[in-house]
Amino acid sequence: MSIHQTNIPFEEGDEQRLWDYIDGISSPSEKTVIEQLLEANAEWKAKYHELLDVHQLMQSSELEQPSMRFTKNVMDEIARLQIAPATSSYINKNIIRGIGIFFVTLIVGFLVYGFSQMHLDWNNHADSVLPVNLNKVNYSRFFNNTWVNAFMIVNIVAGLFLLDRYLANKRKKFTEK
Amino acid sequence: MLTGLNDNEIISKVLAGDQQAYALLVDRYQQYVFTLTLRFLKTREDAEEVAQDVFIKVYRSLADFRGASKFSTWLYTIVNTTCITFLRKKKLETHSLDLEKVFEAADSIDSGMRANLVEQKSRVAMVNQAIRLLSTEDAEILTLFYKGEQTLEEIATILTIAPNAAKVRLHRARTRLKDKMETHFADEVKDLL
Repeated sequence: MSIHQTNIPFEEGDEQRLWDYIDGISSPSEKTVIEQLLEANAEWKAKYHELLDVHQLMQSSELEQPSMRFTKNVMDEIARLQIAPATSSYINKNIIRGIGIFFVTLIVGFLVYGFSQMHLDWNNHADSVLPVNLNKVNYSRFFNNTWVNAFMIVNIVAGLFLLDRYLANKRKKFTEK
Repeated sequence: MLTGLNDNEIISKVLAGDQQAYALLVDRYQQYVFTLTLRFLKTREDAEEVAQDVFIKVYRSLADFRGASKFSTWLYTIVNTTCITFLRKKKLETHSLDLEKVFEAADSIDSGMRANLVEQKSRVAMVNQAIRLLSTEDAEILTLFYKGEQTLEEIATILTIAPNAAKVRLHRARTRLKDKMETHFADEVKDLL
């Protein structure tokens, strides 16, 4: 660093640079720059000592002391309690995944079926972005079909099966305890 | 010798059924937790009640501590949320970040503190009293950084903010502490340093 550079006046943002230096979190290159500034620049040096004083005072502060019975009070209280089971032990990730797969299948199934029922015609809808007139779609016929009903029943049964497995798992863990 | 055990070893013993081992953790962290709750709640009675509540909560949820962070970081996160919940419930008046309010509060207790300071004339008392003049947020972050032995990343986790925001908040808190010392304890600072 040149002598000219060490004449840099101390600005507001430089305080953060000094705090980083005091906390020891400056990068090696920044550390070198600060050290050179502190050696050559009286303003920087004065500010550094000002901040260092605050830092040292904070380090010398003491913790507050609670009452003498503190530990005993806590221990008396927890004597009546039990440690709760870890959250991960009763939230089975497979169940969560199963529920996710169930809903994704449901949505994909409806989309596939819905699109297969549409009569897409890209040529006759030049004025529209979609190749179908949404106002003329007969939505009721999508839900009045044997395959859709069968699909929904299978999904409901699968959902109930997953719920049963989840509850059985919880019951098993509870009886084990 | 149980007192030589580190936090994770003590937790393993407690989880294995040695409830009395938990007293070691309470002894080890009670001052840190109490100091932090006191930064929020101001009265020793409330602070002690909440600090005890924190240790009871921690005991109940001990199985959820997986050791991904330091135990102290996890503990201080619970201190933070418990204090906020307590304040919401009791609707206690907290010190706001509004500097004007902080200065008003400072002025009202300044004269009493000066008399006390003359008697105590100690660096520790002065710093602790200067911290009491700060807002809850400033006092908390300074305590976590200087006394709670937490890094900026860990403080960010505790306060659920970004590490850079924690750095900025710490910088502002230190600046405000410096201002408080210069305004209210200028003579004492000169004598002590």
